[in-house]
Amino acid sequence: MKTQINFDEQYQFTGKVKTWSLISIVIGVVTVLAGFLTKQSQETFSNLLIMGYYFACVCSCGVMFCGIQYAAQAGWSASILRVPQAFSRILPIGALIFVVIVIAGLFTTHTVTVDGKDHVEPYLYARWATKDLHVKDSGIYDAVIDGKSGYLNIGFFLARIIGFLGIYSIFGWMLSKYSRSEDELGGMKFYNKSMIASAIFLVFFGFTVPLFAFDSMMSLEARWFSTMFGWYNLAGLWVSGIAVMTLIMIYLRKAGYMQWITQDHLHNMGLLMFAFSVFWTYTWFAQFLLTYYANIPEEAAYFYIRWEPQFMPWFWLNIGINFGAPLLILMSRDSKRYTQTVKIMAIILVLGHWLDYFQMTMPGTVGPKDHWYEEISWIEAGTFIGFAGLFTFIVLTALSKFKSLIPKKHPFLQESLHHHI
Amino acid sequence: MSKTKFILGLFDDPDVMMHGIDALQKNSVPIYDVYTPMPIHGIDDKLGIKGSRLGYAAFMFGILGGTTIFSIIYYTLVHDWPMNIGGKPAFTVPNFIPATFEWTVLFTAFGMTITFFFANHLFPGRAPRVMDLRATDDRFVIAIDAKGNVSHDEITNILKEAGAVEVKHNDRKYVSYE
Repeated sequence: MKTQINFDEQYQFTGKVKTWSLISIVIGVVTVLAGFLTKQSQETFSNLLIMGYYFACVCSCGVMFCGIQYAAQAGWSASILRVPQAFSRILPIGALIFVVIVIAGLFTTHTVTVDGKDHVEPYLYARWATKDLHVKDSGIYDAVIDGKSGYLNIGFFLARIIGFLGIYSIFGWMLSKYSRSEDELGGMKFYNKSMIASAIFLVFFGFTVPLFAFDSMMSLEARWFSTMFGWYNLAGLWVSGIAVMTLIMIYLRKAGYMQWITQDHLHNMGLLMFAFSVFWTYTWFAQFLLTYYANIPEEAAYFYIRWEPQFMPWFWLNIGINFGAPLLILMSRDSKRYTQTVKIMAIILVLGHWLDYFQMTMPGTVGPKDHWYEEISWIEAGTFIGFAGLFTFIVLTALSKFKSLIPKKHPFLQESLHHHI
Repeated sequence: MSKTKFILGLFDDPDVMMHGIDALQKNSVPIYDVYTPMPIHGIDDKLGIKGSRLGYAAFMFGILGGTTIFSIIYYTLVHDWPMNIGGKPAFTVPNFIPATFEWTVLFTAFGMTITFFFANHLFPGRAPRVMDLRATDDRFVIAIDAKGNVSHDEITNILKEAGAVEVKHNDRKYVSYE
């Protein structure tokens, strides 16, 4: 343990992590190619969508984290801000990957036969993007879906997704730019600018992130809707983002950087993980209970398919690891201060929220397979590993480009360095 | 044998008072307690005060609240008078969760408040236990049990040297009952 804090310390991205993240990327690429070559395009596209969405969400969480810290004038987080800033700097890449996946999924089509008639269906968002759904005498004409076409049409849909992610990226870029200028010039000017940018960003983000979730995930099953869905996804975004941030902080400290991160900072991250896992459950349950209570067939259909024997075990596992595990493991003060527990919990939550996104996507796109254990196959595993490697690689590359791992002229830096709870 | 029960060192600055604690500890004078008008960061560690067990009390109250309402709902809606609500079975756990959650929160909140009052002897109509009234206003007070600490003058000197604005030798523990 170093006793002196080196403010000019720069992160060097080398060694085992680099090798392994590159290997993971290769695994991911091979899996995706194999998925397409073995004629499992539907599964592959769904998995790409899950991971692309997850990637974009975790990066947006970095912007949201910075935004909240600035808007709340939080002091404790000043010394760890470089990690979420690295997330927000790679958000453009995440956004690009996601948009490419969505466009590819919307414009790659296959033919499905319904009642002896052939219909051209895209691989993603087939429930509303299939042209024949909007053609009166096509045989699969759907008045409900056609009625939604003022909002759910490809042009407006893409404009929204690109617009939202683009604006989040701009704010992310601004916040990290201000912070780097602050390092050079000091003073309160950039802090005040960041605060204004954060306030604007948070208002925009708060109103648009539910729409982003409606578009990217909920419209996979376009006949069904839930107003809770946006908040439910926001909660998932926040928990998974915090978990990834915690993992990177723990890794950096173990690798000998950021020695100023104390158990108190980890305690705070643990608190956020714990609290927002409970919030996630709250929104999840609110969505579920309303459907359960009202029992209207068109709403219950969404949960009905998730209660098929193929999805039921995953449905319950989702609640178990995203609610039960943090509730029981992270509740006590000691466990939040013990690095190993926080680390394991963060890994569990990262996987748990993958399962959550899996639950949102798969029943509506791929549908049930023969057995419950076939639902998660090598494509799921490979794509997850690929994207995890890609994320690790580019986030650590972004981190290594910062001249210093600490915003050294942040006005609340001393408060953060002496953070104590 | 002097009649002094407690020696109080009154400081007008929290940082000076923290140095006063250091000075006393360096001279191996046991500190009975410290009274301040506002919370002071890091003082619990310095005085070696154990972490609060309020969380455990909160947890137990939460369990109690959840169990209570769940039993009530179960008795009324499942056991005693099952009703057909929306064609669902009588024992519908998801429907019970909101009420169970609310009662858990309610019991936790009230339970914690009562536990806190109980532990601090704060009840309506009860005179609060205060060693020096200005500790609730603008003085930071270190209290030292005079018994066993024979050399009162030495303690007074340590406190004075550390920057105490006033040192009191009180014959009784609490002044607030007067």
